[in-house]
Amino acid sequence: MTQNAPNRGPHTGRRGLLLGGGGLLLATLWPVKGLRADAGMLVEDSTAPFAPNAYIRITPDNRITLILPNIEMGQGIYTSSVMLIAEELGVDLNQIEMEAAPPGGGAEITGGSMSIMTEWKPLREAGAAARTVLVQAAAKRWNAKPESCTVESGTIRHLSGLRLTFGAVASDAAKLPLPKEPQLKSAAQYRLIGKPQHRLDSVVKVEGRAVFGIDVQIPGQKIGTVAASPVIGGTLKDFNRDAAMAVPGVVAVLVTDAKDAVCVVGDHYWAAHKGLMALHPEWNEGENAKVTTQTVYDQLHDGLKGPAIVPTSKGDAPAIIAKSHAHYSAVYQQPLLAHSTMEPINCTAHVRPDGCDVWTGTQVADRARDTAAEITGLPKEKIAVHSQYIGGGFGRRLEHEYITQCVQFAKQVPYPLKIVWSREEDITRDRYRPAYVDEVTAGLDEKGHVTAMTHRVVGPAVVARWDPPELTKEGYDEDLSVGTLITPYNYPAYRLEFARREAPGVITAWWRGVGGTRGLFVVEGFIDELAGRAGVDPVAYRREMVKDNPRALAVLDRVAKEAGWNTPLPQGRARGVALQFAFGSYMATVAEIEMPENNVVIIHRVTAAVDCGQVVNPDQVISQIEGGLIFGFSAALYSEITLKDGWVEQKNFNTWRVMRMNEAPRRIDVHLMESSEDPGGIGEVGTAAAAPALANAMAAAQGHRYRTLPLLSPRNLEKEAAK
Amino acid sequence: MLTLRVNGQTHTVDVEPDTPLLWVLRDVLGLNGTKFGCGIAQCGVCTVHLDNRPVRACVLPVGEIGNRAVTTIEALDEADPVVHAVKKAWIDLDVVQCGYCQPGQIMAAVGLIRSTPNPSDEQIDSAMSGNMCRCGTYMRIRKAIHQAAGDVA
Repeated sequence: MTQNAPNRGPHTGRRGLLLGGGGLLLATLWPVKGLRADAGMLVEDSTAPFAPNAYIRITPDNRITLILPNIEMGQGIYTSSVMLIAEELGVDLNQIEMEAAPPGGGAEITGGSMSIMTEWKPLREAGAAARTVLVQAAAKRWNAKPESCTVESGTIRHLSGLRLTFGAVASDAAKLPLPKEPQLKSAAQYRLIGKPQHRLDSVVKVEGRAVFGIDVQIPGQKIGTVAASPVIGGTLKDFNRDAAMAVPGVVAVLVTDAKDAVCVVGDHYWAAHKGLMALHPEWNEGENAKVTTQTVYDQLHDGLKGPAIVPTSKGDAPAIIAKSHAHYSAVYQQPLLAHSTMEPINCTAHVRPDGCDVWTGTQVADRARDTAAEITGLPKEKIAVHSQYIGGGFGRRLEHEYITQCVQFAKQVPYPLKIVWSREEDITRDRYRPAYVDEVTAGLDEKGHVTAMTHRVVGPAVVARWDPPELTKEGYDEDLSVGTLITPYNYPAYRLEFARREAPGVITAWWRGVGGTRGLFVVEGFIDELAGRAGVDPVAYRREMVKDNPRALAVLDRVAKEAGWNTPLPQGRARGVALQFAFGSYMATVAEIEMPENNVVIIHRVTAAVDCGQVVNPDQVISQIEGGLIFGFSAALYSEITLKDGWVEQKNFNTWRVMRMNEAPRRIDVHLMESSEDPGGIGEVGTAAAAPALANAMAAAQGHRYRTLPLLSPRNLEKEAAK
Repeated sequence: MLTLRVNGQTHTVDVEPDTPLLWVLRDVLGLNGTKFGCGIAQCGVCTVHLDNRPVRACVLPVGEIGNRAVTTIEALDEADPVVHAVKKAWIDLDVVQCGYCQPGQIMAAVGLIRSTPNPSDEQIDSAMSGNMCRCGTYMRIRKAIHQAAGDVA
């Protein structure tokens, strides 16, 4: 195995040729990073041995295969990852076949909008390294200089007109040493990057042939559906096994070791579902049966007083605020949110004495393997995780408790067992985006400009459960920095405080846009409030604040121009703006709305300007912004998980409202800025922009502001009715 | 035993008559292009055609189908100009993201264009609002339906 000297970090430059003879297999290390949102916080384990987890395979019959660990959950990452390698390798997209890499060689995690940011350089380098040895092998055969060869569409061409395919020289190339620093193309030479490419997964999805986790069909499989304790910490008290077994098609009733969940297995889902109804499980609900939504909010508001961690401070912000001409404070509140991916939670496992196969959609394939090993007692190498298409991730499939649950049931039966949660189970046993309460205070000068700002966040530290070593030694979760500390603004003095309050009775988790979604609703709402107090237009007020930040200023100016910010509005309409720097990308958003009634919001038009650095696949960036905005609008307007006696009250799409086509914006225009900066993330930036842009537009329409999400909650509307 | 006509073939299935069509398609016949989303006809991912009209398979008991023809995403006929135009528009505009709801969206869109050859935005919204998409591909679905309708016309 040949290894490169590291040229950027101990991981990212490491590649090796693993196989000669049968062709070329270039192994590389898929970048393994933490999930943190800011490039400065990326974590690398420099001591890990080289264990490749991504491959370029070229066989003598000229088949070119990329074996990549990333998981396609809608964000188009297969397509953009392939583009990066293909660009430098010198092949066309339609020449490439794809395979999913098995887990191994690092924690495969797809999330945090990190894919394109972490892959940008290493994947191009991997492609360039393979191209270099292929060209050298061809040149050697022709007794020519590599410099006299060019590459196009998987073919090496000598200036004399001689040609060889990659496949023809793949075996020779595999015997050559890899270049230490392969030459990368300049942006001007790109044939694929920055040019719109169709998604590689469109056709299978349009024809209904894409196999999602829930679609897996293993010979001999049975289907189970599950009821877990409706209250966290509860256990099974009683159930009617005989009644369940009497349902035609039911074959088994299984209980987890901890007696916190029961599964009825049948020949098909409907038999299992009817069996579960007949089983009628009852629960010892335990301590958390006392928890209501108000318990959660009371505890958060309580955290506004008393001690807090100070993860960062610049200057003595409280002292400056005390001495300022004026000061202003506001408290914002955000609810628990479910993910409700369109594909309900499911997993298939076949546990045998000699091994275990798991078929599922997961954003954490390594954790899936590890949990299966732990439960079965089998060594990790006897566990095979078969990753499937994901019918919506949004952070939900960064959790793997459903895989743990499935293997616990599957180890009790000899056949492959697929568990499919009902939608009710999916919503009521989700791991929720936390509720938060924030208080922001600004010191203001005579003109209403910020002299200092303090920001207290009260809520859970999700990372403390999800990846404990990532919690700082002070007890801070850096996810909370997105939209707060990580911002386009440069306050003269600043203090961020975190009062940790873990929500009782629920498990909290990542959700699309993570810290950016929660932080921006608060900060961009508050900045709008400050602009209003100063009597300054919200765009003009922000312009002044980012005058020394050219990328932020450029997106703000662009969105103001494209949205016609300074042009008159049709009668009854209002606009709201939001500006952000999150996931390495800048974005400014204008929402234009109308509220014919207090509980009706028509989103006529959304305009966005996005600077996400070098764009890899422009139309897919636009698609992610469109979808991200709609995901965010849906939650901002409607979504709140509530608890009563420890039970989640929302059960299905009739009580958990999701934005439908007739409520979606009439029009979304996304403008991409030209940039050669390294790519930023894109899958979550639209979601993070949605709530603040909409809330600011609604405040403009109504003349007063909702600081509590969801915007159309009964509590906001009752306040409205009381006026 | 029940007899069903699915995608031009006759199947005899051993299920209770109250079993929703969805589970017969998926778990008995192995036709997994039709998806499960809610089980209460709220989300539309299970949309199939019954005698060429869109229906929600998750609440349609197989015992009530009788001799009517069931068509699923797997058997949408490419030779049909509406089907061809809809699939082409979906691929041209890169509508899909995660793709899970899209078979249902496509079944609904084909049904819409067959009944309303040149739908307005309002008609599209009204016909398609029963089909949820969590990825938020609504803007492109609207556009794709307009394009497909134009191609057929």
